[in-house]
Amino acid sequence: MSFIDVIRQYDPQDVRQRIENATGDDVNRALATEHPGPQELMALLSPAAEEKIETLANRANQTTLRRFGRTILLYAPLYLSNVCQNGCVYCGFSAENSVPRKTLTDDEILADAKNLHDQGFRHILLLTGEAKGEIGVDFLENAIRLVRPWFSSIGLEVFPMAADDYRRLIDAGVDTLTIYQETYDEGLYAELHPYGQKRDYAWRLATPERGGEAGLRRIGIGALLGLGDFRLEGFFTGLHALYLAKRFWRSQITVSFPRLRPADGGFQPLHLVSDRNLVQLICTLRLIIPDAGLVLSTRESAQLRDNLLPLGITQMSAGSCTAPGGYASGERHTEQFAIDDDRSPADFAAMLRDKGYDPVWKDWDGLFLSKEAEQAGTGR
Amino acid sequence: MDRLTIAGREFSSRLMVGTGKFSSNAAMQAAIEASGSEIVTVALRRVDIENLQDDMLAHIDREKYLLLPNTSGARDADEAVRLARLARAAGCEPWVKLEVTPDPYYLLPDPIETLKAAEILVKDGFTVLPYINADPVLAKHLQEAGTATVMPLGAPIGTNKGVRTRDQIGIIIEQALVPVVVDAGLGAPSHAAEAMEMGADAVLVNTALAVARDPAAMSIAFRKGVEAGREAFLAGLGSEKIKAEASSPLTGFLRDE
Amino acid sequence: MQITLNGHCKEVTDNTTVAELLTSLGLDPTRVAIELNQQVISRERFGDTLINAGDSIEIVQFVGGG
Repeated sequence: MSFIDVIRQYDPQDVRQRIENATGDDVNRALATEHPGPQELMALLSPAAEEKIETLANRANQTTLRRFGRTILLYAPLYLSNVCQNGCVYCGFSAENSVPRKTLTDDEILADAKNLHDQGFRHILLLTGEAKGEIGVDFLENAIRLVRPWFSSIGLEVFPMAADDYRRLIDAGVDTLTIYQETYDEGLYAELHPYGQKRDYAWRLATPERGGEAGLRRIGIGALLGLGDFRLEGFFTGLHALYLAKRFWRSQITVSFPRLRPADGGFQPLHLVSDRNLVQLICTLRLIIPDAGLVLSTRESAQLRDNLLPLGITQMSAGSCTAPGGYASGERHTEQFAIDDDRSPADFAAMLRDKGYDPVWKDWDGLFLSKEAEQAGTGR
Repeated sequence: MDRLTIAGREFSSRLMVGTGKFSSNAAMQAAIEASGSEIVTVALRRVDIENLQDDMLAHIDREKYLLLPNTSGARDADEAVRLARLARAAGCEPWVKLEVTPDPYYLLPDPIETLKAAEILVKDGFTVLPYINADPVLAKHLQEAGTATVMPLGAPIGTNKGVRTRDQIGIIIEQALVPVVVDAGLGAPSHAAEAMEMGADAVLVNTALAVARDPAAMSIAFRKGVEAGREAFLAGLGSEKIKAEASSPLTGFLRDE
Repeated sequence: MQITLNGHCKEVTDNTTVAELLTSLGLDPTRVAIELNQQVISRERFGDTLINAGDSIEIVQFVGGG
């Protein structure tokens, strides 16, 4: 059974009602459940749970300490191109926007990769828009092979692909897939994606499954916060994570919490998601899937990021630039969105150490399992 | 209506019963009737040519009960596959409770041979319900092989010790995509209730019924235990009291909002 | 001729079918399953399956089990 079959068993109106109607007792029960599921997810996302936010935070904090200790995995996004044929109404890269378009050359890719490597990063996330003919699997495969010597873990946050394409890119060196559904509300999804490949809700929704079938080690999902009602989006994100964790049990599931930032094109969030809402969402996801990696980017302010540290976040970006080529050139006017926390990676790591956390630059190295390593080993 | 679905087939009872060790076929029949069960397990054995036995199948209404042949006695995958195919040839539906138990003392299931046999039987068109130790990773492998359920043991067969593998079964229930049937070791209705309260989809009981002074009365008790446990699970069990936090060291920063 | 039946030696007449063997043993063919040299014989084929010298036959039936 695919996740689309799971999600269609839930009527969003009914879910909304059940979340709104959850009582304090429901929340207490959910907090005490050893193996929480959809029922508990609704209770923990409810207005009633908001009243118990400190208890929720405490649970999330304890669970995170037990599973991860005081560690934060650091990663950096590397934008390879901002060319895009989709018209996502909230996105700075939307084809509607007249921002300068840029796709990095091999030299430019290497320059940014080297820059990030020299700042200490070993986990990298490659990003592109979606542009058939221009940005395809061949382009990505080449980029991956170029940057591979510099990094121990390479992730993709690009357009959805078929399982065989993912297999090809795994062979090239990818181990992580991030793909946001943006919104789980099918009607809203259609409104926000008026044209382009991305219009296909079901194809996008099944993307993590194709990545899982291909054997990716980490699979990341998320809803773009600010599009739909955060409680409903949170519920379906949690349901999705639970489904993926069960089916692709060899992979680590990660969940990101991207809150909409002002982007070129001037899109205003449809639903405001407050800091309190964000805290409730992060803590809930931690309790629902204790082993999930929870990811927070530099979209958020330095102050908030510091405050969110103990609540369940396990992976953070730092010193990010969302413009292709921006790390090496300093050029930022082609960026996807403005970042808020602009501390350098070194400063950010120092802050982590200051607060008793261990900044982790590398927690995985695929190289020793790769064919090249095998050949090197036998050649010795 | 809260129904159990296994391989697309619906059942209203969540209690499966075994037919071994009863003092007589009449006692067995009475116990099955009283249990309200819809799935009844049986075994296959060589006919004793010299000493023909009363046919136990004459005491089980095939219209009312799904006969679930097991592969007990199999010591490896090949033997289990042979037994399953024989059961199908003997007129059973292609459903099989897969058991591979080379250890003659505790009859503990062999995970490696069980997985091998499951892969073969699923390809052969069987609906496979494998009896396993309470190992969550094995459960996942079997699920991927296409089994219809997993049947982790609560305690070794016939020990009546209850859900001794509680923590592991909890993980299996949390993670499984197929129904979880707790099998073996359940000695009292409270044990069956406990498994159901934890969220198990069904339980299988045999010895506790067969060796009771009054098997039919014990069947009723187990039926009630299973129903009570299931209803408690659905109703949402109360929990240990959650300690409220007096101060807000973690979320104090939100006050500024 | 001699065959092995459920692990024991047994003498049967030549040209005996599986169905005839069952009848001679007093067994109801609808209540047993048969393996002939480790191959399952379906019930429909009991009547036209001849037993040969040296064959190994297993006859099984259902018994109580959990």
